[in-house]
Amino acid sequence: MSATLTRDDLLRAYRTMRTIREFEERLHVEFATGEIPGFVHLYAGEEASATGVCLHLRPDDRIASTHRGHGHCIAKGMEVAPMMAEIYGKKTGICGGKGGSMHVADLDVGMMGANGIVGGGGPLICGAALAAKMKGTDGVGVCFFGDGASNQGMILEAMNLATVWRLPALFVAENNGYAEATSSKYSVACDNIADRAGGFGMPGVIVDGHDFFAVHEAAGEAIARARAGGGPTLLEVKLNRYYGHFEGDQQTYRATDEVKRIRETRDCLMLFTRRVSSAGLLDLAELEAIDRDVAAQIDAAVVAAKAAPKPTAADLLTDVYVEYA
Amino acid sequence: MARKITYKQAINEALAQEMARDSSVIAMGEDNVGGAGAEGEKDAWGGVLGVTKGLYGRFGDRIMDTPISESAFIGAAVGAAACGMRPVAELMFVDFMGVCFDQIFNQAAKFRYMFGGKAVTPVVIRTMYGAGFRAAAQHSQCLYSMFAHIPGLKVVVPSTPYDAKGLMIQAIRDNDPVIFFEHKVLYTLEGEVPEGAYAIPFGEADVVHEGDDVTIVTLGRMVHFARDAAQTLAKRGIDCDVIDLRTISPLDEETILESVNRTGRLVVVDESSPRCNVATDIAALVAQKAFAALKAPIEQVTPPHVPVPFSDALEDLYVPDAARIAQAVTSVMEFKR
Repeated sequence: MSATLTRDDLLRAYRTMRTIREFEERLHVEFATGEIPGFVHLYAGEEASATGVCLHLRPDDRIASTHRGHGHCIAKGMEVAPMMAEIYGKKTGICGGKGGSMHVADLDVGMMGANGIVGGGGPLICGAALAAKMKGTDGVGVCFFGDGASNQGMILEAMNLATVWRLPALFVAENNGYAEATSSKYSVACDNIADRAGGFGMPGVIVDGHDFFAVHEAAGEAIARARAGGGPTLLEVKLNRYYGHFEGDQQTYRATDEVKRIRETRDCLMLFTRRVSSAGLLDLAELEAIDRDVAAQIDAAVVAAKAAPKPTAADLLTDVYVEYA
Repeated sequence: MARKITYKQAINEALAQEMARDSSVIAMGEDNVGGAGAEGEKDAWGGVLGVTKGLYGRFGDRIMDTPISESAFIGAAVGAAACGMRPVAELMFVDFMGVCFDQIFNQAAKFRYMFGGKAVTPVVIRTMYGAGFRAAAQHSQCLYSMFAHIPGLKVVVPSTPYDAKGLMIQAIRDNDPVIFFEHKVLYTLEGEVPEGAYAIPFGEADVVHEGDDVTIVTLGRMVHFARDAAQTLAKRGIDCDVIDLRTISPLDEETILESVNRTGRLVVVDESSPRCNVATDIAALVAQKAFAALKAPIEQVTPPHVPVPFSDALEDLYVPDAARIAQAVTSVMEFKR
């Protein structure tokens, strides 16, 4: 186990993963009622990735996320109540109800947005890393993207540029095996996304995304190297999503017992709990207390979101420009 | 003190003065330094047509060469802008927007709205446009209308060295994403430009010729042809207002409408393809808001709906000129109900 993890770190990591899980499981239930507009893409099952990476980050570090971005938001420190309200399209949402699930962002905590465009975050995070480098901070930029985006020109161009400019950047390929309904075994031309790293002059690392500790350790090395001026890394996190591409997806492209088998044998929260309790680092009672606390927090967020007002006609025309003659 | 410099020098001077004033201003683009990583001289090119020449020597690492990788570096400029920098990125020819448009219209343009008014993205994207260089269909287009269509972007199209400097300084200081269109044929145009820094506000058109018979609304390189036409027509007793829009988003509706309400006749001159362009936009504006004043149908002078041709014989037929503008003005003057 990583020697750098304190007891507080472990508690924080568990709380983050549990918050993401509870947030997404609750959205799964609530979306089915028809009260949530648009689409949601749930991150359940992938919690160890966002949490293992973001535990290394400071508020002035930046992340760019994806359409499956709720986990990254929570791990980077976004508050869950305004985030939930945003997904409900309410005026109290973190973006005033103008972004929604696919564009939820909080620049104050270094979260540069979920992104409705597959691969859109790659160039943006090069810019965030460039800004950190120009300002002489040791801040980093982290781009989360999926196996689908790994075939997208914007991501490939961004990795090349990050090495050319020796940017303090980390590219985290979250390979959950499916780009919408198409298997990465079909759509990715090489065995592993990380195999492409050499072509962009950076190290490529593969890590088991069900194992928080493995993600945390690999991300820690890459981020430390980036902060020290050693350039970018491509980290491929192999993991699974528990739900469909979006809510309502019947997932007929997946094996019938695929998700059940993963939940029973490789669930990241289960593996984490086993490890910290068998090593005597945390008590089960402590973890259960966090579970109760998180459940109450998410419940309160849902209740508040449902009760909150929607934006009004006056909100339609604001926030397009800082100033427009 | 004003002295004569070229349109290209005016843009370079604006960049240099703003980079000296504000350390968050950086510049990037293909060959913007020119020669990065090569064994010859540094600052070899200053961009493909030399607009950033000399800045590397003064500002070092704040001006960067990029790979030919527009999605990556235009997007990096957008991302850096959202993180406190003021990047000026060169999209060499606007024809190349096709390989990076996502970062402009889905990212830069929409951050502020999608993020509930919390994002500030002060990026400037400089780009060259226009026909006249025998550069054919993929290096000659006039695509500003496509950017003006997108809420969240500001679109600037200077016609003179004076405007180029003042509008570039405003673009850099502006807190919204700005697309800055530089006509490559105008780079060698000379004009009076003050040495000191000055900013020209967006959304303020410039009336470059005055008259009460016909309003000519135009922009960019076409301003010069329109003024030539107006001078010729004045000798024949037809007096034209020539309005240089300078920016098309925001658009100075007031100046256009005031003029048409006075003249009752409108000719719009636009170098872009005729469907859904600036000319149709201005025509619709006037038809809606100054209908009662109109004494004749609105005339539009544009290229035909074809790609920009290569052969000089064809390209010269493609680009509108002073004679065509004068002909359009004459036709609205001669219109009888």
